[in-house]
Amino acid sequence: MSTAADDTLRTADGVPLKTSLRRATARRRVRTFLLVVPILAFLMVTFVFPVVDMMFRSVDNQIVSSVLPRTTLAIQSWDPGSEELPPEFVYEALVLDIQESFKDKTLGRAGRRLNYEKSGVMSLFRKSGRRAKRITEAPFKDQVLAIDERWADLETWQLIHQESSALTESYFLSAADLRVDYKGEISWKAEERRIYLFLFYRTLWMSGLITVFCLLLGYPIAFLLATLPPRHSNLLLILVLLPFWTSLLVRTTAWIALLQSEGVLNDLMVFLGFISDDGRLQMIHNKIGTFVAMTHILLPFMILPLYSVMKTIPSSYMRAARSLGASPFTSFVRVYMPNTVPGIGAGCILVFILSIGYYITPALVGGRTGTFISNIIALHISETLNWGLAAALGVILLALVLLLYFLYDRIVGVANMKLG
Amino acid sequence: MPPPLHATHSERAWYYSFRTLCVLIFIFLIGPIFVIIPLSFNVLPYFTFTPEMLSFDPAGYSTKWYREFFAEDSWQKAVQNSFLIAVFATLISTFLGTLAALGLSRPEMPFRKTIMALLISPMIVPLIISAAGMYFFYARIGLASTHVGVILAHAALGIPFVIITVTATLVGFDHSLTRAAASLGSSPTRTFFVVIVPLILPGVISGALLAFITSFDEVVVVLFVGSVEQRTIPWKMFSGIREEIRPTILAVATLLVFISIVLLTMVELLRRRSERLRGIRS
Repeated sequence: MSTAADDTLRTADGVPLKTSLRRATARRRVRTFLLVVPILAFLMVTFVFPVVDMMFRSVDNQIVSSVLPRTTLAIQSWDPGSEELPPEFVYEALVLDIQESFKDKTLGRAGRRLNYEKSGVMSLFRKSGRRAKRITEAPFKDQVLAIDERWADLETWQLIHQESSALTESYFLSAADLRVDYKGEISWKAEERRIYLFLFYRTLWMSGLITVFCLLLGYPIAFLLATLPPRHSNLLLILVLLPFWTSLLVRTTAWIALLQSEGVLNDLMVFLGFISDDGRLQMIHNKIGTFVAMTHILLPFMILPLYSVMKTIPSSYMRAARSLGASPFTSFVRVYMPNTVPGIGAGCILVFILSIGYYITPALVGGRTGTFISNIIALHISETLNWGLAAALGVILLALVLLLYFLYDRIVGVANMKLG
Repeated sequence: MPPPLHATHSERAWYYSFRTLCVLIFIFLIGPIFVIIPLSFNVLPYFTFTPEMLSFDPAGYSTKWYREFFAEDSWQKAVQNSFLIAVFATLISTFLGTLAALGLSRPEMPFRKTIMALLISPMIVPLIISAAGMYFFYARIGLASTHVGVILAHAALGIPFVIITVTATLVGFDHSLTRAAASLGSSPTRTFFVVIVPLILPGVISGALLAFITSFDEVVVVLFVGSVEQRTIPWKMFSGIREEIRPTILAVATLLVFISIVLLTMVELLRRRSERLRGIRS
C-alpha cells in the first residue's frame, strides 16, 4: 500500500516532478531576463537617470541658500509678515555673504535666481557686491541701506526669506503662470507675463489639428494601399516610407524652399496670376509653416498603423454588405470604418504624442506664432539659463506625453508598434 | 486597375475622384523631397527656380554648391563626425537591442510589457527633454562635448527602432526549431549561429539601418550634448538654416535624399527576403 506522498511523480533523483519543473522554469526565466539586463543598465545610465535627474531641478532651490548661507539662516528668526525690516544681525550676515560670494563670483547666480521672481534683484546684487567690500564694522544695517534703498524694501527681504528653503514650488507655479507671495498666497502673474499656459494651449490645439490633417490625408492613402493588389501596393508603400527615411532637416529645408515668400509656390502663383507680385503670401515663419511641415513629417506615422490594420480587414465584409443591399457609402461607413478604429486610434495617438514634443521643425519654420512648448524649454536651457523653469515645463510636458503613451499601450500595445 | 465594367456612373466618378485625391496626397508626400534636387543646381543663390532654369538653359545650372560642399573643411569634418557617431551608436544599439529582442520574444520573459514600454520610451519622450537631461548629466560625468557622449546618447535613441524591428521579425518565430536543433545534439551556441541568426539577420540589419539613420539625422541631442568638435551634418544644416541660408544646404539635402533612397531600398529587399525565408506570402 502506498501513501499519498508516494503517488507524486518523481524525477530520477527523487525530487517531485512539480518542484523540479518549477525550478527549471524559474531558472529559464532568470536566464531569459539576463538577456535584457545589459540594455536596461545601459538605458538607465544614458537615458532614464539623466531625464529623472533633470526633473529634480524643477523643485531644487539650493542656489540662494548655498550662496547666502548666513543670511538665509539668520533670516529664519524674522517674521516676513511684520512691517519691520530685519534686525541688525541679518544685515551683518548679508554683508559677510555678499563679500564672500562676490569674491568667489557666485553672487550673480543668486541674483539671477531671485531675479526670476522679482526683476531688479540682479542689478541690486551686482551693485551691492561692488560696494559691500568697504563695509567692515557695525552698524551694518545703515551702511547697507546707504548702498541702495531697495534693501529697505520689505519685498526684497520677503523674497529672500521665501527662497531660502531647499525645495520650491515656484518653478511649477511659474510654469502655470502663477506666483506665490511671502504669505504663501498664490495668484495670477501680471497679464503681460502670462505666456506658458497659452503656449501649452497652442501646442495642444495645433498638435490636435496636425493629427486631424494627418488622419484626413493618411486615411485615403492607407485605404488605397490596403485595397490594391500587393504588387502595386508594395511600390506605393515605398513612396510612403521614403519621407519617413528622409532626414527631418531635408524635409524642413524643402518646405522652406517651397513656402517662403520668394519661394517656389509663391513664384508659381504669381506666374499663374492668382496673386500679384507684391501680394505674395506669408506661408512660413508662422502657424501655416508649422502646420504644413509637421503634417508632412508626421504623415507616415499615421499611414503605417492605419495600413497595417486595414490590411487585415477581409474584402468580403464590404461585398457582403453590398450584397445585402447597402449602398457603397453605407457599407463603407457602417462596415469598413468601424473595423479601422484601432488603426485610427493608434495613428492619432502616435502622431499627437510625437507632435506635442516637437522642437526642430517649429523652431525653423514656426517663426514667432508657430512655436511649441519645446521651443521655450530650449530657450530657457540655452539662453536665459532658467533651468528650474525649463525642468518644470519639461515635467508637465513629459507627464502629458507619458499619459498618452500609457493610453497607447492600453489601446494598441507597445509591442504591436510597426515601422514599415 | 480600372473600375469594373459593371460599375455605375456614380461609382466611376467616385473611383476617379478618389484616385485623383490619392495622387495629390502622394505629390504632397514626395513632391517637396524631389523639388530640392533641381534647386540644388541653381547657379544663383536662390531657393527657387529662375527663368533660365525653367527654359532649361544650361547657364542657369551649376554644380558649384556641390563643389563648395566638398571643398569646405567644416562640411567635410561634419561628414566624418556624422559617420563616426552613427556607426558606433548603431553597433551599440544593435548589439544590445538584438539581445533584448531575443529575450522579449520568449514567452517566459518576466515583466515583458513593462520592459518593452521602457525600451521604446526614448522614441516617445520629447527629444528636448532627453537632450536637456543628457546635457546636464553628461556634463557632470565628463561626457559632455565628447564623441563618446554623443555616441552613447544616440545609441539610447536608436534602441527603440532596433527593438521594434527585431521583435517584429521574431513574431511567428518557430521555437520548435531551436528545440529540434537541441534534440539533434546541437549546442545552444551552435543553434544560435546556425538556426537563429540566419532567420533574424534581415530584421537585425533593418533595425541597424533604422538606428543608423536615427543617429545620422539627429540634431537636438547633438546640439545640447556635443560642441563644435562633434558638429554633424544635421547640426551644420540646422545652424545654416537659422543663420545664413545658402544653397549648399540644398546640395547636402540632395545627397542625403540619395542616402535615404539607398538605405530604404536595402531595407525593402531585406524585408522581402525575410518574408520569403519565413514562408510569409504577401
